[in-house]
Amino acid sequence: MNIIKIEHISKIYKVGLEEVHALRDVSLSIDKNEYVAIMGPSGSGKSTLMNMLGCLDTPTSGLYLFKGVSVSEMSDNQLANIRNKEIGFVFQTFNLLARYDAIHNVELPLIYGGVPKEERRERAKRALIDVGLGDRMNHKPNELSGGQRQRVAIARALVTNPSIILADEPTGNLDSKTGEEIMALFQEIHQKGNTIILVTHEEYIAEHAARIIRLRDGLIEKDEFVEKRFTNTLNKNQEI
Amino acid sequence: MRIILLELKEGLTIALKAIISNKIRSLLTMLGIFIGVAVVITMSTAIKGIDNSFKEGISSLGTDVLYIDKWAWFTNVEWWKMRNRRNITMEEFYKFKNLVRLPKAIAPVTNTIQPIKYNERRVDNVFVNGSTADYIKTTNFTFEQGRFYSEIESNAGRQVAVIGSEIAKKLFPNMSALGRTIKIGNFNYKVVGVLAEQGSFILGPWNPDNQVYIPIETIFKNFFNRSFKTITINVRANGPEMVDETKSEIEGVMRKVRGLTYNQENDFSINQQEGLQQSYNSIVGVIQIAGLFITSLSLFVGAIGIMNIMFVSVKERTKEIGLRKAIGAKKRAILSQFLLESSVICFIGGLAGLIAAIIISLLINQFVPTSIQIDSIIIGIGVSLITGIISGFAPAYTAANMDAVEALRYE
Repeated sequence: MNIIKIEHISKIYKVGLEEVHALRDVSLSIDKNEYVAIMGPSGSGKSTLMNMLGCLDTPTSGLYLFKGVSVSEMSDNQLANIRNKEIGFVFQTFNLLARYDAIHNVELPLIYGGVPKEERRERAKRALIDVGLGDRMNHKPNELSGGQRQRVAIARALVTNPSIILADEPTGNLDSKTGEEIMALFQEIHQKGNTIILVTHEEYIAEHAARIIRLRDGLIEKDEFVEKRFTNTLNKNQEI
Repeated sequence: MRIILLELKEGLTIALKAIISNKIRSLLTMLGIFIGVAVVITMSTAIKGIDNSFKEGISSLGTDVLYIDKWAWFTNVEWWKMRNRRNITMEEFYKFKNLVRLPKAIAPVTNTIQPIKYNERRVDNVFVNGSTADYIKTTNFTFEQGRFYSEIESNAGRQVAVIGSEIAKKLFPNMSALGRTIKIGNFNYKVVGVLAEQGSFILGPWNPDNQVYIPIETIFKNFFNRSFKTITINVRANGPEMVDETKSEIEGVMRKVRGLTYNQENDFSINQQEGLQQSYNSIVGVIQIAGLFITSLSLFVGAIGIMNIMFVSVKERTKEIGLRKAIGAKKRAILSQFLLESSVICFIGGLAGLIAAIIISLLINQFVPTSIQIDSIIIGIGVSLITGIISGFAPAYTAANMDAVEALRYE
């Protein structure tokens, strides 16, 4: 069963009088527990595609089925619901709320999902323990290192048990060693049965994924499965 | 329902965090609302206080009293026409008194303005009223000491006087006035009664507390001839429900006394306190509205301050808004987050303003009466909350309708 199925999606932005075709007739489907990397140079449409997949944006034309339900006709509130319950975002710049400690940052999606307080706390704690931050729950973002911040953000994405995790350049603001640690964490999350979509322009990051979709000028240039490479990286990571 | 409650709670948490982390900014913004609410509430307690004392003042004159007079208090009749009317005389009063049946009490009244002296103490320009013993029955006066002058004293034109509480305070600051001899103009009078405080400062010289009451015959004896000027006949109806009936009776009787035929206009007027109330409302009411309007402007300026700071706050937190949207905050959650922030600022500012207003009102009360009432407290809080919601709405709406993708990209 596909979690995501898009058919002939196009997105056109109007910049002044000019029309920019960010995506041209893109079709793809992603199954449960896939680990997909979306690659491409800047301006290739990968961010647009990710925003579309994340229900932050709607296509100009084409069909987007999320778990078999068409997203294009949904209202703002329905889209907010899908984002809340089905999608976990991880951003390059972490996007943690500076005034909140780690646990409140992780609780945030549950608040908007209407989860009662005790359950919220419990789930947020578990998510933080899962990303290895059981001892940093009450730290504010400025008391955490970059890697730890990204872990908080990953915990926030995981806490709602979403159908997909959407990560946009998750290692872009980290040094390579910390980046590797974060990628290992994604690997682990993937092995637990989660579906991950990773947007990156770094080849070595994309290599962690089992499938790489390459975009250029709003078109899919290549969509290929990568054989078994991730086992190597996994082993390498376990040595760390 | 639970979601909405959680959203509101989250919104409140954010609002408080935002206010606390921008202390100076929040305080300055609150100051605008603080001043606005303080001024508006102080103004309205002062208005209320003046109103109340006016109402108390005129009700001391009695709501069911009619005044037959040469002059109309409030009218469209032209002045020269009234000037040409005949004076109302004592003879007419006696005829009138014999013919009317409905009134509870009637009394002829005339007055003169005289200085009042006791030893070296002196009060100038005092209204000295001359009437009969029945006069007291046309009023609601109560006594601090003594009594009103009697029928015998009044008919005989004795040198006796009843003085208002303010006059007593001024002439006899540390002693009892009763039984002492005062000078009205150049004549000696014995004080037989001191009124308790009746009216209020707002009536000025018409305040019964600032007046002196002597027998009408004594006025005619000491100050002027009985036909020198017109008298007024004070008529008290037998209760407020009898006012209209009494009015038509006395009108008929007065026409008869005057010998008017059916086709002649009244050559006298029947005045009522109601007119006083109306003209008070039309003059003072306008001043009050203008006052409230001007003070409301300061609240309006405060509201603009809030709106301004909320726009800044929204702009600053664009990225946060984007993130909240990305993780599933609905428009209404974002909207309520910012509305709560502006409301909390206004509420705190308004509450402080209200407390200040109460303190100021208590201080002013030493000079001008103010009346702090529960409704002005409710209005104060209500106004500040509404100000918060209205001035926060435009910024909050902007935030709620922000494009999530754009907002996330904002640096």
